[in-house]
Amino acid sequence: MPVATHLHNLQGEDMARKTIDLPYQIEYLSIFDEEGNLDEDLEPDISDDLLLDMHRCMLLSRRFDERMLNMQRQGRIGTFALVQGQEASQVGSVAVLQAEDWMVPSYRETAAIAWRGRQQPVETMVKLLLYNAGFYQGSASEREEHNFPTSVPVSSQILHAVGLAYGSKYREAGEVVMVYFGDGATSEGDFHEAMNFGSVFQTPTIFVCQNNQWAISIPREEQTESKTLAQKALGYGMPGIQVDGNDLLAVYAATQEAIARARKGDGPTMIECVTYRLSLHTTADDPTRYREDEEVERWAEREPLTRIQNYLKQKELLDDKAIEKLEDEIKAQIKDAVEEFENRSEELKDQALTMFEHIYAEIPAYLQEQRDELAIELEGASSE
Amino acid sequence: MVEALNMALHQEMDSDNDVLVLGADVGVDGGVFRVTEGLIEKFGEQRVIDTPLAEGAIVGTAIGMAAYGLKPICETQFSGFSYYAFQQLESHAARLRWRSRGTYHVPMVLRTPYAAGIRALEHHSESRETYWAHTPGLKMVIPSGPRNARALLLSAIRDPDPVVFYEAKSIYRAFSEDVPDEEETMPLGKAQVQREGADLTLISYGAMMRPTLEAAEILAEDDGIQAEVIDLLSISPLDHETVAASVSKTGRAVVVNEAPRSFSAASEVVARLVEKAFWYLEAPIRRVSAPDVMVPLFAYEQAYLPDTKRVLRAARETLEA
Ligand SMILES: Cc1ncc(C[n+]2csc(CCOP(=O)(O)OP(=O)(O)O)c2C)c(N)n1
Ligand SMILES: [Mg+2]
Repeated sequence: MPVATHLHNLQGEDMARKTIDLPYQIEYLSIFDEEGNLDEDLEPDISDDLLLDMHRCMLLSRRFDERMLNMQRQGRIGTFALVQGQEASQVGSVAVLQAEDWMVPSYRETAAIAWRGRQQPVETMVKLLLYNAGFYQGSASEREEHNFPTSVPVSSQILHAVGLAYGSKYREAGEVVMVYFGDGATSEGDFHEAMNFGSVFQTPTIFVCQNNQWAISIPREEQTESKTLAQKALGYGMPGIQVDGNDLLAVYAATQEAIARARKGDGPTMIECVTYRLSLHTTADDPTRYREDEEVERWAEREPLTRIQNYLKQKELLDDKAIEKLEDEIKAQIKDAVEEFENRSEELKDQALTMFEHIYAEIPAYLQEQRDELAIELEGASSE
Repeated sequence: MVEALNMALHQEMDSDNDVLVLGADVGVDGGVFRVTEGLIEKFGEQRVIDTPLAEGAIVGTAIGMAAYGLKPICETQFSGFSYYAFQQLESHAARLRWRSRGTYHVPMVLRTPYAAGIRALEHHSESRETYWAHTPGLKMVIPSGPRNARALLLSAIRDPDPVVFYEAKSIYRAFSEDVPDEEETMPLGKAQVQREGADLTLISYGAMMRPTLEAAEILAEDDGIQAEVIDLLSISPLDHETVAASVSKTGRAVVVNEAPRSFSAASEVVARLVEKAFWYLEAPIRRVSAPDVMVPLFAYEQAYLPDTKRVLRAARETLEA
């Protein structure tokens, strides 16, 4: 039969069962561990100033997160997702970006946002507080900042990062796009579709997966049977690497390579940061229902802030006194931010009619009518 | 209402081995609102499935299970995250019976919290019942309190067709009500008169039943007006007989819901009244709904949400017309 002959010819002398060579392997990278051991061959060349800036941002994020938890418990802000434990994964990656590059967060990126807004730390915190207090005004940014707003539907933002990067490539702007998502996000279709598109179109996208071991109550092992999340990149013909996400140096080094590749036009990379969500999923969550304290304690020993402080102390860039001084500075900045937030929310609280803004470029007539109706309702309500 | 729903799930899983529950965090965590609490301990991991995070997969897999003969109850944590499953619901859950000419059918339930009022994040407060009610082949049910929630959930599980079951977060724990131990079901597609009156008909469902009933009480006390109050319970099929019979009696109607006003369930009620009770109307029918905007983040959600005062104002204007 002609069909059979054709198949036969195709297979020819190659007929065999053998392993197919795949272009990439999955590496694991760790440079400075929790015991204070440094792999000097792998140590990235980072300027002292940059190291100190990254440390400062991590510290600020930690303290700000703690403060927000406190404020949420007092009812001054609403539900938010805590970043504690993931500061190195975020700062180590975002700090490799240039100002003109893009950052596309999900909902837990307090540290990455703090880095991007590090020129105005107080204003950046005020906006996060406003957002977490239910004021959409906190979600605004200047277009040239190239920071996308928070995206809550898990994994949905990953596709946008591919589109943004396509835009950059199309206009030869040279900007790369970094997108954040979690371990749970790798189960959603949007993640897979984004990885495929990014790879097929060879967009300058950096897929940063923060594997913090949990997606609310679902542990990493029940999220997927695959040994690493990074290996999912292989399915899309994209390099993937797993790094110790609590090791700022490892995250930084892996990101540097990925960004260099993207800038050369060699396409996207997926970086899996192995880290841990030390605190609550969100303030509405009770993790004691699904995980053991011992596990949290084990990971607390590997946490990223102490780790980078140890490294900086070894390098004699930091000592306890300097840390104390930094703590005080940060405390004062947070205090300023909270005060400014209280003032601003006081001003904003009666501006409910802004809900009709930014629905369309121009408000349609029927909507203007609804706005006028609501204005009367609200006036009636406030005069009673 | 959380306990009443939990009770329905326990009782139905006890009496029917084909009933399964699946969704992210429905097992060990007992669901983010604890509606599925205690199920995994009692019925095990084969029947209470903590899935990876993928709403499309949860619903798509449930369709296969249902076609096989099981009765899956899926959960998406908030209705705002059910859109990943939109394609499965629209293209398959709703259509498999039709496409297979009756050979396969999809006796599944999608339970999902909806509605505003609990100071939640973006995508956690919408009322998009119209999406599902607009899809032929799907049923759309919204209880308004513990007792009817339990009865309707039982009926939804037993229904041979796919049911989207919206649970108003704002009344999950807002008030309690006696729920009898004995089994109680309620027919899907049937509205309920919750309060009788001859002067005006107020029609609502879900979380908005509370301000609506409150407005009816105030009308009785302050204005001497007796409002009839109808709880739709099912958005699809929509029971226009009950609604039209009432309005034929009162001649005046206000429809209350918290979905964006245009193209909403309230609009459909008005349309049916115009078709079925036009000659009895003594005043234009009013809708008290949310404006056609995104649910604002929570700082302004109370300004966004219809409340008792807005229902009262519309009712009085209708009475004066
Ligand atoms: C599509 C969608 N489904 C469900 C949710 C509710 N939810 C918020 S965060 C979360 C867990 C996500 O886990 P992961 O991707 O690991 O990120 P992490 O929260 O751990 O940072 C879930 C289920 C959501 N926001 N979006
Ligand atoms: Mg996670």
